[in-house]
Amino acid sequence: MAKTIAQEFKKGLWDEIPPFRLVLGLCPVLAVTTTAENGVGMGLATTFVLICSNMLVSLLRNNIPSKIRVPCFIIIIATFVILVELLMQAFAYGLFLELGIFIPLIVVNCLVLGRSEAFASKNKFVPSLADGLGMGIGFTLSLGVLGAVRESLGTGMISGVQVFGPSFEPFEFMVQAPGAFVALGLLLCIMNILGKK
Amino acid sequence: MGDITVLVISSIFINNIILAQYLGACPFVGTSKKMETAIGMSGAVVFVLTLAGTITWVINTYFLVALEIEFLRTIAFIMVIASLVQFVEMFLKKSIPSLYAGLGIFLPLITTNCAVMGVCLLNVQDELTFLTAILRSIAFAIGFGLALILFAGVRERVNLGRTPGPLKDTSIGLVTAGMLAMAFIGFQGMV
Repeated sequence: MAKTIAQEFKKGLWDEIPPFRLVLGLCPVLAVTTTAENGVGMGLATTFVLICSNMLVSLLRNNIPSKIRVPCFIIIIATFVILVELLMQAFAYGLFLELGIFIPLIVVNCLVLGRSEAFASKNKFVPSLADGLGMGIGFTLSLGVLGAVRESLGTGMISGVQVFGPSFEPFEFMVQAPGAFVALGLLLCIMNILGKK
Repeated sequence: MGDITVLVISSIFINNIILAQYLGACPFVGTSKKMETAIGMSGAVVFVLTLAGTITWVINTYFLVALEIEFLRTIAFIMVIASLVQFVEMFLKKSIPSLYAGLGIFLPLITTNCAVMGVCLLNVQDELTFLTAILRSIAFAIGFGLALILFAGVRERVNLGRTPGPLKDTSIGLVTAGMLAMAFIGFQGMV
């Protein structure tokens, strides 16, 4: 049993790492990864919602009639999203302003709903918790990496520290919309190459 | 009148919902492999987004703001969108079966399309009037359809060519989307 829980946790970190292996929840991935910090902040907010909703859905899985399960899941998720929204407003106001409408939009992040539907509604409490935690950390890592790549190439620094030295000409394209698509596409390609070995 | 024209044109081209605002990227990647599915999805989005934009504006102004319960906005909007989608599905099935057959499987997917929810939230955030909120919702929906259909066309051609293994499918798709987004940046000179 202990081994399978570890497996549920680990698959989110590499085998099924969102958003690369499971192409879900792309909007925040593209929108907030202009800096590494924003990416990680968004990742952590999503992780919180993912873990909480996975736990609650798993506890209630025998009480939710299957016909109306999706609206039920959405209400559960929306509740936790409002919680995150209020918490961030209180404790991380700068990040809250930076992420803007993408915090309420966690509600429609297909990754969260997808895990509730595909995993938590069919599994017990502890594996669901592990799944939520693994997926959440995987998501945070991906956002952090993508944010770091875009920020370092687009502005030449990460959180105010020069990365490539003073002679580096910032590649502004990377922090604009097209750069987001191209960077994600190329990272996906690198993941495919690494995954083959 | 001039303001409204500028609003509509800039919402379709300059602030294109997918390529400049990053909303609705999941269906953009997910339903663009074939032209047919792209057209079906665009139709469904235009339909639902127009209705959702109108209804959420009314609910926000006369209910959430009037009763000072704005913190419930997220849950209220998602419930409106989810039930609207369900209602539209039932209505179309009964009265316009041909349209239902066309949109079919795309309707339920719209509930989790961030473009719909995103536009409703943006309308509230920018404090638009009723008329401009409706017009902007329609314009954003048209922009969504335009980008999706253009992208599907490009992607069908790209898939005919021989792509290097690791770049296949989603990867090359995203890079292509980046090129398309670059083309849309060119529209910034229009207004």
